[in-house]
Amino acid sequence: MTRKVKAIVLTGNGTNCEMEMAHACKLAGAEKFDIVHISELLFGEKRLSDYNFLNLPGGFLDGDDLGSAKAGANRFLHAPISGANEMLIEELLKFINAGGLILGVCNGFQLMVKLGLLPALDNNFTKQSTTLTYNDSGRFEDRWVYLKANAQSPCVFTEGIDVVYYPVRHGEGKFVPESDAILEEIEKKNLVAFQYCDADGSITMDYPANPNGSTHAIAALCSETGRLFGLMPHPEAFLHCTNHPRWTRENLPEEGQGLTIFQNAVKFIRGKKF
Amino acid sequence: MADRIEVGFKEGIRDALGEKTKKRIIDNLAMPVEKVATVEVYTIAGELSALELQKAAEGPLSDPVIQAFSINRPLAKNFDWLIEVGFRPGVTDNVGKTAREAITLLLGENTGERKIAVYTSRQYLISGKILKTDAEKIAAGLLANDLIERHQVIAARDFDFNVGLPAFVPQVTGKDEPHVAQINLAKVDTLGLLKISQDKLLALNLEEMQVIQRYYQNPSVLKTRKKFGLDENTTDVELECLAQTWSEHCKHKIFNSKIDYFDGQTKKTINSLFKTYIKGSTAKIRKAKGKKDFCLSVFVDNAGVIKFNADHNLVFKVETHNSPSALDPYGGALTGIVGVNRDPFGTGLGSKLIFNTDVFCFASPYHKKKLPPRILHPRRIYEGVREGVEHGGNKSGIPTINGSLVFDERFLGKPLVYCGTAGIMPARLNGKPTHTKEIKPGDVIIMTGGRIGKDGIHGATFSSEELHEGSPVTAVQIGDPITQKKMTDFLLVARNRGLYRAITDNGAGGLSSSIGEMATYSGGCEIDLSLAPLKYAGLQPWEILVSEAQERMSLAVDPKKVDQFMELARKMDVEATAMGKFTRSGIFHVRYGEKTVAYLDMEFLHGGVPQMKLVAKWKAPKNAEPTFAEPTNFGKAFVQMLSRLNICSKEAVVRQYDHEVQGGSVVKPLVGVRNDGPSDAGIVRPVLDSMEGVVVAHGICPRYSDIDTYHMTACAIDEAVRNAVAVGADLDHLAGLDNFCWCDPVQSAKTPDGEYKLAQLVRSNMAIYDYTTAYGVPCISGKDSMKNDYSIGKTKISVPPTLLYSVIGKIKDVRKAVTMDVKRPQDLVYIIGETLDELGGSEWFAQNNAIGNKVPQVDVKKAIKKYRALYKAIQAGLVASCHDCSDGGLGIALIETAFAGGFGINIALKDVPYRGRKRNDYILFSETASRFVVTIHPKNQSRFEKIMAGNVLNEIGFVAGDQLFQVTGLHGKLIIKEKISKLKEAWQKPLNF
Repeated sequence: MTRKVKAIVLTGNGTNCEMEMAHACKLAGAEKFDIVHISELLFGEKRLSDYNFLNLPGGFLDGDDLGSAKAGANRFLHAPISGANEMLIEELLKFINAGGLILGVCNGFQLMVKLGLLPALDNNFTKQSTTLTYNDSGRFEDRWVYLKANAQSPCVFTEGIDVVYYPVRHGEGKFVPESDAILEEIEKKNLVAFQYCDADGSITMDYPANPNGSTHAIAALCSETGRLFGLMPHPEAFLHCTNHPRWTRENLPEEGQGLTIFQNAVKFIRGKKF
Repeated sequence: MADRIEVGFKEGIRDALGEKTKKRIIDNLAMPVEKVATVEVYTIAGELSALELQKAAEGPLSDPVIQAFSINRPLAKNFDWLIEVGFRPGVTDNVGKTAREAITLLLGENTGERKIAVYTSRQYLISGKILKTDAEKIAAGLLANDLIERHQVIAARDFDFNVGLPAFVPQVTGKDEPHVAQINLAKVDTLGLLKISQDKLLALNLEEMQVIQRYYQNPSVLKTRKKFGLDENTTDVELECLAQTWSEHCKHKIFNSKIDYFDGQTKKTINSLFKTYIKGSTAKIRKAKGKKDFCLSVFVDNAGVIKFNADHNLVFKVETHNSPSALDPYGGALTGIVGVNRDPFGTGLGSKLIFNTDVFCFASPYHKKKLPPRILHPRRIYEGVREGVEHGGNKSGIPTINGSLVFDERFLGKPLVYCGTAGIMPARLNGKPTHTKEIKPGDVIIMTGGRIGKDGIHGATFSSEELHEGSPVTAVQIGDPITQKKMTDFLLVARNRGLYRAITDNGAGGLSSSIGEMATYSGGCEIDLSLAPLKYAGLQPWEILVSEAQERMSLAVDPKKVDQFMELARKMDVEATAMGKFTRSGIFHVRYGEKTVAYLDMEFLHGGVPQMKLVAKWKAPKNAEPTFAEPTNFGKAFVQMLSRLNICSKEAVVRQYDHEVQGGSVVKPLVGVRNDGPSDAGIVRPVLDSMEGVVVAHGICPRYSDIDTYHMTACAIDEAVRNAVAVGADLDHLAGLDNFCWCDPVQSAKTPDGEYKLAQLVRSNMAIYDYTTAYGVPCISGKDSMKNDYSIGKTKISVPPTLLYSVIGKIKDVRKAVTMDVKRPQDLVYIIGETLDELGGSEWFAQNNAIGNKVPQVDVKKAIKKYRALYKAIQAGLVASCHDCSDGGLGIALIETAFAGGFGINIALKDVPYRGRKRNDYILFSETASRFVVTIHPKNQSRFEKIMAGNVLNEIGFVAGDQLFQVTGLHGKLIIKEKISKLKEAWQKPLNF
């Protein structure tokens, strides 16, 4: 019997892409695609251990008031689960240790980075070593960008992808590592899953193809196992051809390119490797 | 004793906000600053220990990878001027609130009894050779708004680099001493009544004050009042409640007045513009549509409701927030957008919000003349409003899919900030329809969301009182999208579980209005103001009742479900407070604790306001006819036209709004080969499993008001409808919303031309009736803002009468939608519709400093026929691109179509169906209504022409692969041959900041 894909899409406190994220899980074939408010975790009504695919959608956790996802990360670190003698972060680490997949998009990626879930060098999931900060332009922008996948990356979500086109919608997406050594290690281990590129696939530092000035054009990271993955662009915003900004002038397949990310997750969970 | 934590960027890390600020100082103020760095300051009250401060600083308050922090020690170094900007007491500080919550969570149980409060401010460290007066100008003119913020300017030589600035806590210093004033109106004479109205900012006229005076002398009223400890005195709570409920803002007294209208030939008495023309037209349309009527709830709720399909309803509302945006552009506009969000959210049983639409009217951001007192520079208003709506929309997770920027010098006096929001609701929930409201006596009144402060007190009547340190700001509110998002997340769960019976929002007039209106459903209410959750101590009962503090909804909850409702609120971290109950007593009964502080007959409260009687006199203005010659250089003419603020690209603004969150984006505001062409309308799929789409579009053309508001209105309606049709909307499933922004139309010493302005309003309403009924596009909701004037000293600036007409509709299969960009070379270019020399009020005349008189007039019969045929052609998949002709006419529509698609266009003007003076510029730039530029593949030509048969249209050229825009003039000579890239550049440049 194949393993069931049980996706949880976490929401609350300013998250706002939960609906399309759950829809993506559904289209990709997940058996479960529950939108769960974080309070349901904090009151022990829902448990991460009942799922194997955690989705952290985009939005503005606590308004990003202290910097993107900062207050959100603080909640993950310091909020207890009522009735259980456990903190939320402990439940999250158990989920990771059990081999669960995590996908963080935009604000979800910012949250993962600020918690230390990514890149989690040496499997230390609570030490922040990189960040996502204000775009060089100093402004929020909604624009579509091309992304080049790293074929050598262990990322399970980007398997088989070469170049894709997704929208970015953020004001704080510029990737900055703590040091050159960290950057080198991330690159050596192929934890860079996507880089901003031109339409022809060549990686670029030029605005607006690189919309925020990210170091080495880095748009996405994964963990060493490849099971934890975060990216600034929004794959869940391109599930149908009509989402594409030029769908009325290009001959596109009905299915959007964003779905691949979710299909890869589903395939991986169903597969033997899990 | 408070502590200061300062957070700044580490050496070598780009300070994007600092860079942006530097650019603004150079661009807006032309001061040669070399560098600007920023430091975030958190002032923390609550006696944190050194270790706790350290934990807060290195935890939630700073990012260890890129930021450094200091505690009670300055970070500032290497600057010439330091400017610190913080809020005044009582102003909403969203970041401070989040910081407090984060620190409280971080400390956990160790917080104990301590009351932690966090106040934020920001330092700008400026390097450059500027004087103290320059630094002051930067502070007051760019960085701080004195109305809501305080600032300090310190030179480096005066700064103590060891100690820094002392911690300052901008706390409201109020005491809890509730007091209810008793006012005896019985013996007050007319002057005295007016003085009371003026002194208390009630904005009630003499007749209204006299009606109130008489109410308190009625023996039967007195008898029941005595039972509750009241007498012939009115309480301040009652007077304020009446003033809010009877305000122009809430009661639309001008729209409901009795008007004697003369147009020079005929006289007419109109008993309520609203009933006669707005409600009247909708009733007529609904009747005509019969079984096809899609309206569900019109004019009775916070927003209008129409059917989307068998399972879902659409809810739509557009509001304005002009006066607050004039004073504090950021806060005013932010409150505007999150405020209108609550309208569809509080309609029927509540709807999920699916898109925003924004239209802003400003003076030129390049305004060079001296500004009248208290007016902010239009550039500052532009940037503040843009940012307020960005934060309000993006942080709420609602895509902004449609909008406009309109420019006219007269918007210097007051900007117009229109914000609209649509929602979707299941047609039925738990077996009941969702678009109606029901409240039973005994239902518990619950208020949820934010707390009550002095924010926006008298927002509905408006205050211009000077503000002073220590007193909270009352005129201006700042929205908090996240508190609202948390509340709406919670209320949607509560709605689906059937935990409440009715919902409404707290906007203008606060609780007095929300509960007052809800109480009409049950027939009365009884509330206790002492239960209300407050932001700080010191609010008087009347202030609690009328405060317009944001992010609040009021609900009616079945007493059996109160516990479940409260439990869910607690879990989802949303404040909810039971305030009383609905009754059938016929009384609006307000207590403070046990004491009755207001006891008003519902009938009097809602129906007691006397009808105004006004006079309107219309005399058509005669403008000079322009005499300028046809240009010899059309390349230059196009560059001039494309650079005009009303025509040029708005991409820089559009990009800063998230237009695709929720995943259903179909036609975006920016389309074409480089994703930068201007869409005519927006389309989203609100239900991701379905291919059905919602279309939204709008029309607005205030320039035509200089000739005749009747045609201004007709053109706005036509523009909205044709924009929707251009992307593929079905004309038979389209509903409208009217938003009037007028200058004061009541004749008085201040407004000597009030009768004319009122006639303009009457004519606009007549056009609403005539054209909505003709199109079958009913108004389902709307709003009017009637006092858009600036008047200080001898300067008076009135906005041009402006109607925004918005439409919401449906497209059955979004895959049939069409965008405005040319698709491929060799496609044929058509114009649909005849062009007349209607250049009165046009952009081309304005470019030549003229207004003229020949305003575009809508031929509605022909328009309907065209729109239906075009709909068929689009449904049949025959249309490659479709763009409506509006500002700048055919010429601008053609060039936009061309450069959006990245191909040239080759046109012959002799082929354009045209009636009028034979001038190339007139054909190119006339703004005749109901026209489109359409391109089609040659193979579709005969089918397209067959479907369109019987309409005026013609093939006027073709799409060229050569990147050139070429127009052959009437006499067979090539009058323009320009690279589309050059014209596009001119179009993109003006507002690209």
